[in-house]
Amino acid sequence: MLSKDVIERHGLNEEEYQRINKILGREPNIVELGIFSVMWSEHCSYKSSRIHLKRFPTTGKRVLQGPGENAGAIDIGDGLAAVFKMESHNHPSFIEPYQGAATGVGGILRDIFTMGARPVALLDSLRFGDIKVPHNRYLLSGVVSGIAGYGNCIGIPTVGGEIYFDEIYNKNNLVNVFALGIVKKDNIFRGAAKGIGNPVIYVGSKTGRDGIHGATMASDVFDEGSEAKRPTVQVGDPFTEKLLLEACLEVMGQGLIVGIQDMGAAGLTSSSSEMAGRGGTGIDIHVDRVPAREKGMTPYEFMLSESQERMLIVTQAGKEDEVLNIFKKWDLDAVVIGEVTDSKRMRVFDKGVIVADIPVDALTEEAPLYERPISPPPYLDILHDLDIDNLPIPQDLNKVLLTLLSSPTIASKEWVYRQYDHMVRTDTVVLPGSDSAIIRIKGTNKAIAMTTDCNSRYCFSDPYTGGAIAVAEAARNIVCGGGEPAALTDCLNFGNPERPEIMWQFQQAIDGIAAVCKRFNIPVISGNVSFYNETNDISIYPTPVIGMAGIIDDISKRMTQDFKDEGDVIILLGRNMEEIGLSEYLKEIHYKIRGVPPQLDLELEKKVQDLCLYGIREGLIKSAHDTSEGGLAVAIAECCISKGGRENIGAKIDMDDDMRSDILLFGETQSRIVITVEQDRIADIEMQARDMDVPCRVIGRVGGESLIIRHNSSVLINTPVPELEEVWRRAIPKYIGEEGS
Amino acid sequence: MNFAIIVFPGSNCDHDCYHIIEHVLGRPATFVWHKEKDLSGYDVVILPGGFSYGDYLRTGSIARFSPIMKAVEDFAHKGGLVLGICNGFQILLEAGLLPGAMLRNRSLKFICNDVRLRVDNINTPFTVNYFENQVVRMPIAHAEGNYYADKDTLMRIQKNNQIVFRYAGDDGNISDKVNPNGSVNNIAGICNEKGNVLGMMPHPERCGEDVLGGTDGYILFESLVYYVEKIER
Repeated sequence: MLSKDVIERHGLNEEEYQRINKILGREPNIVELGIFSVMWSEHCSYKSSRIHLKRFPTTGKRVLQGPGENAGAIDIGDGLAAVFKMESHNHPSFIEPYQGAATGVGGILRDIFTMGARPVALLDSLRFGDIKVPHNRYLLSGVVSGIAGYGNCIGIPTVGGEIYFDEIYNKNNLVNVFALGIVKKDNIFRGAAKGIGNPVIYVGSKTGRDGIHGATMASDVFDEGSEAKRPTVQVGDPFTEKLLLEACLEVMGQGLIVGIQDMGAAGLTSSSSEMAGRGGTGIDIHVDRVPAREKGMTPYEFMLSESQERMLIVTQAGKEDEVLNIFKKWDLDAVVIGEVTDSKRMRVFDKGVIVADIPVDALTEEAPLYERPISPPPYLDILHDLDIDNLPIPQDLNKVLLTLLSSPTIASKEWVYRQYDHMVRTDTVVLPGSDSAIIRIKGTNKAIAMTTDCNSRYCFSDPYTGGAIAVAEAARNIVCGGGEPAALTDCLNFGNPERPEIMWQFQQAIDGIAAVCKRFNIPVISGNVSFYNETNDISIYPTPVIGMAGIIDDISKRMTQDFKDEGDVIILLGRNMEEIGLSEYLKEIHYKIRGVPPQLDLELEKKVQDLCLYGIREGLIKSAHDTSEGGLAVAIAECCISKGGRENIGAKIDMDDDMRSDILLFGETQSRIVITVEQDRIADIEMQARDMDVPCRVIGRVGGESLIIRHNSSVLINTPVPELEEVWRRAIPKYIGEEGS
Repeated sequence: MNFAIIVFPGSNCDHDCYHIIEHVLGRPATFVWHKEKDLSGYDVVILPGGFSYGDYLRTGSIARFSPIMKAVEDFAHKGGLVLGICNGFQILLEAGLLPGAMLRNRSLKFICNDVRLRVDNINTPFTVNYFENQVVRMPIAHAEGNYYADKDTLMRIQKNNQIVFRYAGDDGNISDKVNPNGSVNNIAGICNEKGNVLGMMPHPERCGEDVLGGTDGYILFESLVYYVEKIER
């Protein structure tokens, strides 16, 4: 008989425990309790989110695999598929930043190569607290080293991502890792245990006692004692993962795989039960055959360990020796530990004695499903109230621009991406620091553009619009790289779902994301939900990060954001509006987090993107950059200073908009792209804009050594470009205390 | 001419070397698994970059005991051309085929970016197609590229003209300011006395095509072709 205390410590409530009793027709033993606790955890079961996630559009002409597998897949032509997914490793990365982030990279890469795809790119979407707080810098350094340590070693380039800093993440940093792989579209593998009597093979690292209850830890809020949970964080071994990657791709190439799944959260338990669930079969596992790192491990520990770099493979009966030989070549453990059965039950044996016997469906399809109560948070009215008439316009707007360029969220992230090998595999054709990262696909004329985006401050004030903007901005970034948005993956980071206002945020964000996906025909093909990102009752801002991939059919038509040549004409697509709520300007200069996010006109957004893509494909456009945090002035400054090693270049801008000058410069109105064209192509782009009904006007010219911005004939900004670059490039090293580097 | 690319467990620039040789240079390349023992029939042997054995213990220190390394030593002693890039350079140092040792970067961090190099010795099979003192641009990507040699060794390799690449400024000037990792005398690449074994930290295979933003690395591979097909034969 299990005590109340034991049940509670497994994160199961009374109702759930009674349900287990009913399913089994008896009380569970401790092994079974452990299995239920991880499979029914929020992390594995999506019990609070599943009913909402159904509202995402998940189909489309390119979709080969939607949500539900290890990763999603889309058809990119030439007989190839792109497989991608994003996943969070927030909780472990707060407790132990290096290993937490490293194993986040390892986990998402296994999801990709499990599908048969060779991973070719990584991106990271990170959120940290105030960079002035030493502990946050420790977390930043640790997370960046962890990503570098794992990604560099395994040889997959980290080509992009984003980093935001905000006090709200002081006690809950976010680490979301996106990975993309390429596979022949007829060779995609899936995680189903099929074929009664087929052997189940364990491959990879030995199992240790690390990470037990990691999934349960990730399904709980933090308090003061959270750092004592360090032993629940796994330790990564990128070298073993590299061998595992090569060995798995070799086994797949030989046609020896029936089904395959990585052992991520909830290790052997989730991989075996989910594979049986997808196959509509049962599975027998003998834990005494599992390679162990130490003696005396119990069945409970074997089933719940989250040791890294392990996979479960189902092969055809009679083929097991061929599989084992390939893993032997790579010096990896590989052992037959069980078989596929027709029992529809997961049975666990220890030295022939049955130690757990559970219907597979009870762990997967029939796991609890909650329609949690929803209500809007009480703070919205106060938050939305922003009186701009009482907001003074700063005297020195040059100083404002420099302050924004040096704010850590906007500043150059070179200090970070210099630590990542972003060139290995020799496919990176647009290096980190542009709107989207671009890699070529060898053997074709194609390239893939990728980005991650989310402004969580917008989501805090209006999660519907914030979610919608995240998708729109991601698509805009892809388009600015010359790509056609193809599909997205999401990483939905929220607070405690048991609180109605958090579920309201969640519901609103999903609806906002879904609306843009539908209008833009961009399906959601994979994703991940991370709840319980809160500490001592303070929740993070809702942070639904969007990871998007787009296709560039002709690699020579890829685009970057930097201004190219003296004399080029600067054109603004889209229109300026008097919107300033929740902007970086408001926060950094006026210390206010107030207002509503910029509005998103889906029809305008679509038209602006279509025109930009047309102009790039027709060879009219020489640079394209979307305006986001920091508004138009920051966007134009970035075009001047992000030339990546080449000479910087100035610009002269002249605008006559009837609005406040600070809002014109720093407002974050959506659906705007700054492009440049050659003088004699102005008419071409203007004519096309008229045909497509897109606001389009010349605002200035590239050239000189300063950035000069005039508004209604008065000069607002006049700063030498090297000065802009200096503060932008030096800001993060300065905070870290590595100015010399 | 035939290239062999050694694959150690943890090599990860093996495919990049294969790509530039097969698809850009248009010469046959073969992957050779580290457990093999024979290198006959090859003109050039490449030890690619990566993290052989995870760089555990010390970079290159385990790989140098791989079965293939005996064959690499024999190949080198007979005058065969051996190129070690990044981790391959580290393995050549550990194997004693090149003098000196590798320390962690002085920033104690992994660094990935483009650097300028001055070609200090164009009289090697790897550099015949460069100009004397040519300044080239190549990427580096390493955490342990801080080359060290004691005074005597340094004097010797200088005297023998074994320093092939040095970190330099745009104008070719050598200074501490343009040294990315703290290596002694800004050394980025050295050869053995006979000049048939080259180790270098920068990655020539990463800058051999216009689409990657530079082609200075291609010249190194082109030099090898020129040397083997025109001079040696």
